[in-house]
Amino acid sequence: MDFNDTQEEAAFRAEAAAWLKANVPTADELNGLDDIAAAKLWQKRKYDAGWACIRWDKEFGGRGSSAIEQVIWNQEESKYELPGGVFSIGQGMAAPTLMTWAAEEHHKRFLPKLASGEEIWCQLFSEPAGGSDLAALRTKAERDGDDWVINGQKIWTSGAHYSDYGIIVVRTDPNVAKHKGLSYFFLDMKSPGVEIKPIRQLTGGANFNEVYFTDVRIPDSQRLGEVGQGWQVALTTLMNERASIGGGSSAVNVDMAYRIANEVMIDDKPAIEDGAVRAKLANWYVQESGLRFTSYRSMTAISRGEIPGPENSIGKLVGAPKNQEMASFCMDLLEMSGAIWDDEMSKEAGVIQMNYMGAPGLRIAGGTDEIMANIIAERVLGMPQEPRMDKGMPFSEVPTGSN
Amino acid sequence: MNFEFSDEQELLREQARGFLADNCPPSVVRAVLDGDTDHDAELWRKVAEMGWTATVIPEEFGGLGLSYLELVVIAEELGRAAAPIPFSSSVYLATEAILALGSTEQKEKWLPLLATGEAIGTFALAEGNGRPSAKSLKTKMSGAGISGRKLPVPDGRAADFAVVVGASDSGDGASMYLVELDQAGVSREAVRTLDFSRGHAVIEMNDAQAQLLGGEGGGWSALEKLMDRAAVLFAWEQVGLADAALEQARDYAMGRYAFGRAIASYQAIKHKLAGMYVKNTLARSNGYYGAWALNSDSSELALAAATARVGAIQASVHAAEENVQTHGGMGFTWEFDCQFYYRRAKLLSVNIGSEAYWQDRLITAMEQNNAA
Repeated sequence: MDFNDTQEEAAFRAEAAAWLKANVPTADELNGLDDIAAAKLWQKRKYDAGWACIRWDKEFGGRGSSAIEQVIWNQEESKYELPGGVFSIGQGMAAPTLMTWAAEEHHKRFLPKLASGEEIWCQLFSEPAGGSDLAALRTKAERDGDDWVINGQKIWTSGAHYSDYGIIVVRTDPNVAKHKGLSYFFLDMKSPGVEIKPIRQLTGGANFNEVYFTDVRIPDSQRLGEVGQGWQVALTTLMNERASIGGGSSAVNVDMAYRIANEVMIDDKPAIEDGAVRAKLANWYVQESGLRFTSYRSMTAISRGEIPGPENSIGKLVGAPKNQEMASFCMDLLEMSGAIWDDEMSKEAGVIQMNYMGAPGLRIAGGTDEIMANIIAERVLGMPQEPRMDKGMPFSEVPTGSN
Repeated sequence: MNFEFSDEQELLREQARGFLADNCPPSVVRAVLDGDTDHDAELWRKVAEMGWTATVIPEEFGGLGLSYLELVVIAEELGRAAAPIPFSSSVYLATEAILALGSTEQKEKWLPLLATGEAIGTFALAEGNGRPSAKSLKTKMSGAGISGRKLPVPDGRAADFAVVVGASDSGDGASMYLVELDQAGVSREAVRTLDFSRGHAVIEMNDAQAQLLGGEGGGWSALEKLMDRAAVLFAWEQVGLADAALEQARDYAMGRYAFGRAIASYQAIKHKLAGMYVKNTLARSNGYYGAWALNSDSSELALAAATARVGAIQASVHAAEENVQTHGGMGFTWEFDCQFYYRRAKLLSVNIGSEAYWQDRLITAMEQNNAA
């Protein structure tokens, strides 16, 4: 039992680290660029040197690397503060779905531009009536010649406003059971009839959108899977939500709380001397450390060419509430000043308040705490699903809140 | 990255689990709980025959000279089986104390006997309610011998000797002594604890013969180092127990029906068990960290041990409590086995320092690492 790379892994790590050191963009290069332009600059540079999407085949712009090399690359890249993020849905979710379900001509057309960052993709799954119960979505598609005509509304679509393409699940048959009436397409986000409205979040920011579809035409050639097979295709997308191995760290962590607890006073003594403070920090350290070593166990499986066990499924369920609790606690340590959210005046430049305000989103996005607990109970512990009222029922007869 | 047990260690786990399934089924635990013995002497003999008591003792002292990774595998399986034997006292504490502090003569005398299980050792620190400190210790050595009252002492009646922590006028205020318990100056009586599948005693020493174990006045820092090592081993017993409690809860929930369906299909139960799984997984992964640090004599041992111990206490106590809850009324009966884990989890959680003690040690270790 050790933490060491194998010889091949060490060689790969050295190669990756050397390339990163020589090529990460300087502040001057990024100066004046907006987030997307900066992200595109870095992605293109990686692509040109063969360091983009390294697990993909070389013909699609990848490097043909192994899973453990991907983990090592992520570790090395995360040592730098780099622009990015806007490609994760396209590269992490849309691309694997295209690889599994799309025609070869689509592979050639779309995958290299996904890898190079020239084209950004978004995911149009959730709807006002379908979140945790995704298959309850109502946006409909009707066949018209060689096209499908889409009408309806999607919601929580991150990056819709700057995306070139989107993957979408729609209802093509409302008269069969919920999961059986869905089909899966990709579409040009600039298609006529697509209307994007930003949603202002609880934080005040607006990173995601409502997307309205009014008689939007999608060619049948952009359908992935058979008509009515959309749920199966969607599962490919959902299973490819990026494994959080080596990631999941938050700016609000035990290091930060420890630092603050050494600086602020409780009854004229450093807060870190307070027993209750120590107990809380210890508990969060147990969680951080537990997640770190859980990811090491998963990495070991990957390094041996095995598939990691289910233990990595706890990451989001532990990390998201912890982030909220720790941000809340750090503000408590600051007493009244904890409420100040100001880059100049706040301790830690407002990062704590920003994390606290963003925390509810993390507990909801990509599977709520409750859905994550269901997944662990069902897939890891083998417990049965709740009985479903809509099972086998034609979708058009399923009760909703509005009838 | 190679952060996993080896194939040989996995094989050992399989053997250990099979051996305990055959030799330590619930009826064995129940027999000690129902009877008036302190432990199952037959199981102890068999466990010693398997060589488990000899695992980390060097071959020159009659041991197997294996690593701590083998020992944590065995600890996990013993915890899973809630084995009613003095393994933790004799192996994690007494053997470790002699390995760390014993003179050649002490090692030559005791280690071979500990390896074969012929001798049982224990560790005597507590002197009644509250958290002990060097200052609080009343047990003390004088010219005539050692005197004091230790309460409670796990496996105190089964043990042949105890490693006793006493006050000292020099150094850090404490020293450790090796006290043979079958002597005129020592009397011991059974003390009933909430887990009477593991015997406990009160030990009175009146000018008893005692040998210094380690240096005079270095007892408290030696104790803390010993605790770090034992904490990792205890943690693995607790991890085994926590997983067994979760499995018991899951199996019961799958077979128990209410309102026309398995209670395992209710989200209230699923989320409860998912919560147990999360704590158990964190505890296990922190156990790996502790095992690695113990086995490699890492400078991170103090932090890793406290992390493993806090995680294991939280997971095992939570799993044992929620296992009873999942069983409903049946879980509260004498007849059901839920009680084994409920008793043992709490016993182990206050043995060698409570959750609060280890939370404090964890932050102290962090402070020391940051100062270094």
